[in-house]
Amino acid sequence: MSTTTGHSALGGTDQVPRAAVPGPPDPPPRRSPSELRAAVRRRLHRTRRRAIVRTGRLIRRAVHAWRGSLQLRVGAITMLVAGLLVVIVSLVLFRQISDQLLGAKQQAAIDQSLSGVQYAQSEVGGIATGDSASIRSTLQRTVENLQSRGGAAGDFDAVMVYRSGDDERSASSRRDIWAALPGDLRAQVADGSQAYRYAPVPDAGGRPVPTLLVGAPVPTAGQSGDRVEVYFAFPLDQEQATLEGIRSTVGITCIVLTLFVAGIGVLVTRLVVDPVRRAAGSAQRLAEGHLEERLTVRGEDDLARLATSFNAMADSLQRQITQLEGLSQLQQRFTSDVSHELRTPLTTVQMAAAVLHEAREDFDPAVARSAELLRAELDRFEMLLSDLLEISRYDAGAAVLEPEPQDLVPLVARVVEGMTALAARHDCELRLLTPPVPVIAEVDGRRVGRVLRNLVGNAIEHGRGEPVEITLAASSSAAAITVRDHGIGLTSADAQHVFDRFWRADASRVRTIGGSGLGLSISLEDARLHGGWLQVWGLPGQGAQFRLTVPMTAGAELTSSPLPLRPPFLPPVRSRS
Amino acid sequence: MGPVPPPAASQGTNRGRVLVVDDDAALAEMLGIVLRREGYEPAFVSDGARAVAAFQQLRPDLVLLDLMLPGRNGLQICADIRTTSTVPIVMLTAKGDTIDIVQGLEAGADDYVTKPFKPVELVARVRAQLRRGESVQAETLAIGDVQIDVPAHQVTRDGTAISLTPLEFDLLVALARKPRQVFTRELLLEQVWGYRHAADTRLVNVHVQRLRAKVERDPESPEVVLTVRGVGYKAGPP
Repeated sequence: MSTTTGHSALGGTDQVPRAAVPGPPDPPPRRSPSELRAAVRRRLHRTRRRAIVRTGRLIRRAVHAWRGSLQLRVGAITMLVAGLLVVIVSLVLFRQISDQLLGAKQQAAIDQSLSGVQYAQSEVGGIATGDSASIRSTLQRTVENLQSRGGAAGDFDAVMVYRSGDDERSASSRRDIWAALPGDLRAQVADGSQAYRYAPVPDAGGRPVPTLLVGAPVPTAGQSGDRVEVYFAFPLDQEQATLEGIRSTVGITCIVLTLFVAGIGVLVTRLVVDPVRRAAGSAQRLAEGHLEERLTVRGEDDLARLATSFNAMADSLQRQITQLEGLSQLQQRFTSDVSHELRTPLTTVQMAAAVLHEAREDFDPAVARSAELLRAELDRFEMLLSDLLEISRYDAGAAVLEPEPQDLVPLVARVVEGMTALAARHDCELRLLTPPVPVIAEVDGRRVGRVLRNLVGNAIEHGRGEPVEITLAASSSAAAITVRDHGIGLTSADAQHVFDRFWRADASRVRTIGGSGLGLSISLEDARLHGGWLQVWGLPGQGAQFRLTVPMTAGAELTSSPLPLRPPFLPPVRSRS
Repeated sequence: MGPVPPPAASQGTNRGRVLVVDDDAALAEMLGIVLRREGYEPAFVSDGARAVAAFQQLRPDLVLLDLMLPGRNGLQICADIRTTSTVPIVMLTAKGDTIDIVQGLEAGADDYVTKPFKPVELVARVRAQLRRGESVQAETLAIGDVQIDVPAHQVTRDGTAISLTPLEFDLLVALARKPRQVFTRELLLEQVWGYRHAADTRLVNVHVQRLRAKVERDPESPEVVLTVRGVGYKAGPP
């Protein structure tokens, strides 16, 4: 796998620069033969590379299919094993058949040649006494008689040889046979024993035909120097045809059987794999949230058991999720209801406190101070309540974005203006940096304003009286606002928790604007509702910077922010005394 | 429990009669205290089902209406009052949820205060709504093909009168007085509603829609109140 990937990668990178080289202009200038050769070589090289790439791709696809499909694997393995078995069995079978067939033929041929030898013996008993012409005619006659007698072993040709010293005469029923007799057969017969061989002998048309050759000496009454031999040639073309027929039948049977077995393998696998695939599909749909997804149970086999257990699992999952959802909804409803129900009495108390507060000059000092505390704490209580309600709205998924194209420059300016009073109380300067052109973005102005108020308020509170810089910038796809303070800063551990609910950087620190501890959590939700980002950077002693990034078009995906999260230049670390 | 008649003697000058429709007795009483201190004459009704009848009987100058009422839905009461009267209606709502506020405004409320609120906020809202129609100079304006007679509070198209609430009238006049200016929503909130700090711009959006429904020939393609995308609204050329 890795090597094929390597190939294609190599091919790819090699191809690109070459393709990038500008080709010769059209029509091409005259090129020298060496240039042409180089061009041809390059083209060949490229073609080869392409072929390698293509092969690599094919191999990858094959490997992928092999790994990905159980059915393919089972089919292929069954086919291989079945094929091997069938081939072995048919080879053995074929061997048996051919042995039987040839053995019978051989026996018949030997029997026949024995009787032939006896007949020849009676014919050539006194051959040695005749002259050469009579020997020839005797041999010829005997051969013809032998052939005309026929026998159980079918058609045959016969050859008779008379040998006396160096003198050798032969007669045969067909010319070519004598020449085709193998030397070792003749040597064996010359030694006085009967022998047989299989050898190709050309037929009348000169085509070699597998033939059973049987040779035997014919005992003669004459001198010991004279010898007569007889050879019989039994052509095996009949048997060969039979065997070939059998072979092709067996071969076809082999292929059919192998395919059949493989087919059965695939079919059986399919019977098992299909339900498993269905189960896998159902599990996936279940995971995607379709909790009502179930498998149909058929029969009582293992697959039915699989389906039953799957359904039981899905039931239990659905029950638990529904239960959890119910609990969560109940809890969210509860928070929301509590907040709502608290509002009416709180309004009454708030108004009563205000009336008391206005009249505080008429009270004695302790009561007057109490009226002041009552009013101040009621404000805090109210803020906490409204933040709680807002966060419960987010938790319930009831928060709705109301985007509207608007210019962010005046929006930011308004927020900053609204915070000047607080900044003045903290002796803190607010520096606003906005682009000279309108930044029209589709945002929910109420929410963006709230996020900004929160960030600027935090910056003032934690800024140690150092200036707070608010920067707005935009790209074609996103707008970003950063709020930078030069206060005590944040450790990276703090940075991970600033958006947590009710988290405080320093539990002992005095809170002057009396935040609810939910402000940044709500701001984060506000940013997310826009499909935007709210991020923080900070270093101890270097201050902190919050960055809000929102897409220019509502619902668009954010890929980058027009402002860096980390301030581009940092002052040298001041020693904290 | 019918409408409680206002006490004969109230503190300071009588600046106007305010009908408080709220089922919470303590809050209603507290509202009464605050309103009386500011010189308004409060009247109370706690049952939503009797609110409209009480309104017909008392003819108040302004209605403070709680949206969550037993007996009758505040939205329904609001819509019913609007069919017969252009009286300013300020909603008291315990819900900050967008949809409730928008529904209330669409039902005809002019402004809203979200619980919990402070006396100053409430009084500022009431005062802003009751201040309307103080202009007495003879002044005639034209916006689109609509004529406005400012002191008479008359809006006409081709001689036919168009009935507007005081708020809608003020909105139209504000736009018509400066035909070349583009008004941001914030500027309109300040000039028409009397908000000094940024407030809910949905007030403007909903009331511009209501106004268009009355004065435009085709509210889908407005010619009187034009939208300036990304900025706000401006008057259509006469």
